[in-house]
Amino acid sequence: MKIEILNAHICDPLNAIDRVDAIYLADTKILSIGEPPSGWQAEQSIDASGLYCIPGLVDIAARLGNSGQTQQKSISSETHAAVSAGITSLVCMPDSKPVIDSAAQLEYVQQHCHSSSHCHVYVIAALTTGLKGDMLSEMAALKQAGCVGVSNVMHPLANNLVLRRAMEYASGQGLTLHYQAMDSALQANGCINEGLAATRMGLIGIPNAAETAAVGVCLALIEHTGARVHFARLSTQRAVHMLELAHSEGLNVSADVAAHQLFLCDDDIPAFDPNFHLLPPLRSADDLAGLRQAINNPIFSAICSDHQPHCADAKLAPFASTQIGASSFETLLPLTLRLVEQGLLNLQQAIALVTYKPAQMLNIDAGSLTAGSSADLCLFDPKQEWTLQANTMRSRGKHSPFLGQRFKGKVKHTFVSGKLVYSES
Amino acid sequence: MQHFLTTESLTLDQLTAILDTAESFINADGSSVKKVPLLRGKTIVNLFFEASTRTRSTFELAAKRLSADILTMNIAASATVKGESLLDTLRNLEAMHVDMFVVRHQDSGAAEFLSQHISPGISVINAGDGRHAHPTQAMLDMFTIRRHKGAFDQLKVTIVGDLLHSRVARSQIHALRTLGAKEIRVVAPRTLMPTQLEGLGVDVYDSVESALSGTDVIITLRLQKERMQGALLPSEREYFQLFGLTSERVALAAKDAIVMHPGPINRGVEISSSVADGEQSVILQQVSYGIAVRMAVMSILAGQ
Repeated sequence: MKIEILNAHICDPLNAIDRVDAIYLADTKILSIGEPPSGWQAEQSIDASGLYCIPGLVDIAARLGNSGQTQQKSISSETHAAVSAGITSLVCMPDSKPVIDSAAQLEYVQQHCHSSSHCHVYVIAALTTGLKGDMLSEMAALKQAGCVGVSNVMHPLANNLVLRRAMEYASGQGLTLHYQAMDSALQANGCINEGLAATRMGLIGIPNAAETAAVGVCLALIEHTGARVHFARLSTQRAVHMLELAHSEGLNVSADVAAHQLFLCDDDIPAFDPNFHLLPPLRSADDLAGLRQAINNPIFSAICSDHQPHCADAKLAPFASTQIGASSFETLLPLTLRLVEQGLLNLQQAIALVTYKPAQMLNIDAGSLTAGSSADLCLFDPKQEWTLQANTMRSRGKHSPFLGQRFKGKVKHTFVSGKLVYSES
Repeated sequence: MQHFLTTESLTLDQLTAILDTAESFINADGSSVKKVPLLRGKTIVNLFFEASTRTRSTFELAAKRLSADILTMNIAASATVKGESLLDTLRNLEAMHVDMFVVRHQDSGAAEFLSQHISPGISVINAGDGRHAHPTQAMLDMFTIRRHKGAFDQLKVTIVGDLLHSRVARSQIHALRTLGAKEIRVVAPRTLMPTQLEGLGVDVYDSVESALSGTDVIITLRLQKERMQGALLPSEREYFQLFGLTSERVALAAKDAIVMHPGPINRGVEISSSVADGEQSVILQQVSYGIAVRMAVMSILAGQ
């Protein structure tokens, strides 16, 4: 199908395009921006006056199943939530039930996604068998089957020797290790940042050192092994400084941060509200300020949603006993735009962090409007304001620390591979 | 007041009303009154997910003296072990037409959680949730202090011991702040001191001697034996040497200082027998005042 989108403000950071123009799609690809191809006759024409047109968002950290499960039903509903939020490529974490730690399991997930997903779904596979932290997964087979990286997510590794060997083996296979830095002994069953909020609520705190100690060990092992490591979901400003230093000394490291970590700190947690039970935890006001100041640093290759949908029961318990995480697809773009409104990034920089930069880090064909690339687009109204409410969230999970908040920037249309998969009704 | 979950959010007037009401249930000699018909026909359920002797039994006595029917459920060994959720347990009991729940649970925030999901019109009293709050204990401590010291505004209060795990200390600190205590000092080994506790308006000490110097009220906290595990402390002996409340240390406080302990006490661990049984100790009075204070909280929640 030949589609033209007219009068949109096109913002494509990779190609440094930032102007009102027309964009032409044919079948699954982007044909051109500006002048129509010769002999062009559109089958569908969309007047996008007043809207921005950006590459579809690339979200490098998501879960599609309720409470970590991957089910056909929730693949459809969650990827629909994703495209309604302008996300056209997302990366599934391996900590589903069952764990994605074998080529067979990965192919099973891919088959389900093929039949019921509304967007491109990629998978980061388990680093160790069952995420148990002691035996390496069959990374070569997993890579062959199409995983875009390996990670033990929030599950601890038995010891630093396993980490070293996992790094060596993964880099030998050309796989990036996505490392969530958390020293499990220092974490000590904590469920919230160690600070006044933890003290006030009598909850066990997780010290910043649980993250920085793990980052320090991992950096030492990167120096030793030369492995390619991406530091996932950073939460402390000290860890960012450590990575900046390592990067400036020539180590090949990158990092991402979940969007909520750029707007909330532990002081913002209403007493025992399980919507705020997140991991890594929301840190101190100082860490929040530090992360926000550092977001334009070259070590950051992505802002992600860290989407974790949960059924209502998963959050119906006292704080520490509730499931970790929130449904975050629908706040990823508006929070990223808020960074622009607050003057921390310009629009190109902000969009880059949710489009081509994560795509480049993952080495996937996504995140730009380059002619010939997959026609994955998001059209949004930058001025429209809306309120996040549980009953209008499209994710099956209705938990978010931002419930009731006003947001600016609303997705109007989303294209995946040249197909209009979402239009605001 | 619909629920009684923490002392943190309560106003001076609310705290004072509880203390004054408790006073009305006490005879001149300090023993609580026999029986009043204030809560006749009401049903109260003691819902204890964690073992307790003194708190549970003083709640029972308080309910009985208010003429309420009270049922005690020790859930630790029953339903939740079978996988029933906290909320399901509550729903089942609610169906028995209960007016008030007294809840103790090992998770911080459990009482708050139940209060948010309970049917309207039913009250929840927090009888201790994890490390978070134990507001009736704190109020009976305030009552004991007021009976001995009168006003709070000139008082120096020192809390000694395992503040990290102590819901009692947190509730005491909030209440003391609102009641206007002049100085609240806390002292513990650093492994048992919560992060940024000074943010609650207390002065943090390392030396028990400095913390006790000239103080008017000494509150010693219980040290549980399992704290030796997990590298929090080397030994009970060293703890007693450094932080144990001995007669010598009590002598550093004001002449008329009182010594308190939320119980149950570990003699020779956090307090010596000579202090626990000594003239300045008001530990047993705390227990008996507990009945009147819990009567006060129950009757206020019932709108009486």
